Amino acid sequence: MAEVRPTGARAFAGATALYGVLAVAAALFLIPFYLIVRNGLSTDISLSRPDWQLFPTDLQLGNVSALLDNPTVDFARSLRNSAIVSIVQTTGTVFIASMAGYGLARIPYRFANAVFVFILATLMIPAAVTFVPSFVIVSEIGWVDTYQGLIVPVMFQAFAAFLFRQYFIGFPLELEEASRIDGLSTWGTYWRIVVPNSKGIFAAVASITFIGSWNAFLWPLVVGKDEDKWTVQVALSTLLNAQSPRVSQLFVASAIAIAPLLIVFVLLQRYIVEGVERTGING
Amino acid sequence: MAGPSPRTLWRRLAGPQNNNLWFWIFVGPFLAGIVVFVLTPILWSVVLSLYEARNTVTPTRFVGLDNYADVLGDSVFRSSLFTFIAFAAFIVPVTFVASLGLALAVNQVRFAKAFFRSVFFVPVACSYVVASLIWKMSIFNGLPGGLANTVLGAVGFDNRAWLSRPHPPLYWVVIVSERMWLQVGFYMLLLLAGLQRIPVNLYEAASVDGATRGWQTFRYITLPQLRATSAAVLVLLLINAFQAFDEFYNLLSNAGAGTYPPYARPPLVYLYYVALGRQQDFGHGSAGAVVLTLMIAVFTLAQGRLLGFGKRDSYG
Repeated sequence: MAEVRPTGARAFAGATALYGVLAVAAALFLIPFYLIVRNGLSTDISLSRPDWQLFPTDLQLGNVSALLDNPTVDFARSLRNSAIVSIVQTTGTVFIASMAGYGLARIPYRFANAVFVFILATLMIPAAVTFVPSFVIVSEIGWVDTYQGLIVPVMFQAFAAFLFRQYFIGFPLELEEASRIDGLSTWGTYWRIVVPNSKGIFAAVASITFIGSWNAFLWPLVVGKDEDKWTVQVALSTLLNAQSPRVSQLFVASAIAIAPLLIVFVLLQRYIVEGVERTGING
Repeated sequence: MAGPSPRTLWRRLAGPQNNNLWFWIFVGPFLAGIVVFVLTPILWSVVLSLYEARNTVTPTRFVGLDNYADVLGDSVFRSSLFTFIAFAAFIVPVTFVASLGLALAVNQVRFAKAFFRSVFFVPVACSYVVASLIWKMSIFNGLPGGLANTVLGAVGFDNRAWLSRPHPPLYWVVIVSERMWLQVGFYMLLLLAGLQRIPVNLYEAASVDGATRGWQTFRYITLPQLRATSAAVLVLLLINAFQAFDEFYNLLSNAGAGTYPPYARPPLVYLYYVALGRQQDFGHGSAGAVVLTLMIAVFTLAQGRLLGFGKRDSYG
């Protein structure tokens, strides 16, 4: 059988086709972002016209202040709530899960493996499925409509602990031994040697947790029922489901809601990609 | 008073030899959180599911397995399971194929690789609420000026009401395309990482053996080598499909009136309306939650078995 090798012309045609497919796919993926910008800068009247407007004919920059003055929803307060919830939850998750990951990876203990298997088992039960039981517990302790109710129950992420454990198993042992010889305790070794040398994994878990927390909808909807505890997603959903939604304002609100994440994304993409790829390694 | 002096106590705390104590200092807080906020709720709801509990989260009257019988006998619950099965049957294979296609394409190109990867991955930063808003109000809004209807009009079709009619079930187009936009980049990245771990010399050896590039190398090298990653992706896709709530709620519910259309109601939306809607019925809600938790465990384990989840990537 003759060996088939791509000739120069064929390789060129193949590459062109490949780039063509990718360019079309990329354009499709970017359409929703374009729609946010276009609609956010248009008037409601021009958006309801039957013919397609590629760009807004008269720029509406007043949509932002109209949104902030909207009587249905205090959007600024929902942004503040989301910032509080996401920052506190991310800090808590990273702190607690990294310690657990380090303990499981490095501290010899008879039942360490049993504890790890238990944590893995809770990974199998997705949090969303248990929202009714979790709500029951939270209302028993009186945390409905509180920040702690929004934050604490979702702070213990088995997945984050798992990522940290896998990372710390590969952490160079020589560094830790040197610090022990210098007289540092287990805590000192962890805090002064291990953490400062593991910035990548911390950035990865922190950014993934932050994105998840900022975008969470079901739990905030269930626990933060009261208007002054609405997060950005709940506020957006309320605006969307209002009797006569102001379409252009909705898109301004969307742009504001995704802006912090796009910033996180651009700054930390390298770490996020690394973190996501790490999840697959142990598949 | 007898007992260790502060100094010896500190030694014991600080000494590297006392590993049991250190283990609990490091792992204890996390474990306590899991016990209080994951394990206890599940056990509590098993108890609650055996009681009547309306408008209250404390058990009022023991009813045995009545709640389970009611939930399993409820045609709305059963139809929510069918909705999930229909949804999963669509979204799992379609997202997998699209993610794999994009991963293969991005893996092939030399120029602008990082650009394409970022473009496909950036929707992962958007929430389901934002995506539902774009899909419902701009792409599939059912008006002549909506994007989907504009495209249909350009090729000579009539306007469609995408979300408000159950027949034909066009709402699936809306739901599936939205979820794909949000998820494909994430799974593409997982598969891309898997592709990059395949040793290059396998392809070289295949080429020496006379395998044609393209289909043959894909079928006999890439796919088998990608087996473990693919299995992980499929399991994750199924678990995520089971948890679907956000886009269904935001695309279809009438939150102001507290109602939801009689179609396209997945299990979590069902549970939400039983336990937290007007009914506030935590006995039945807990029974439903227990049934769903068991189902997802069985589904995950079965699919994992079927796909050889947990095996290392190897020669097929």
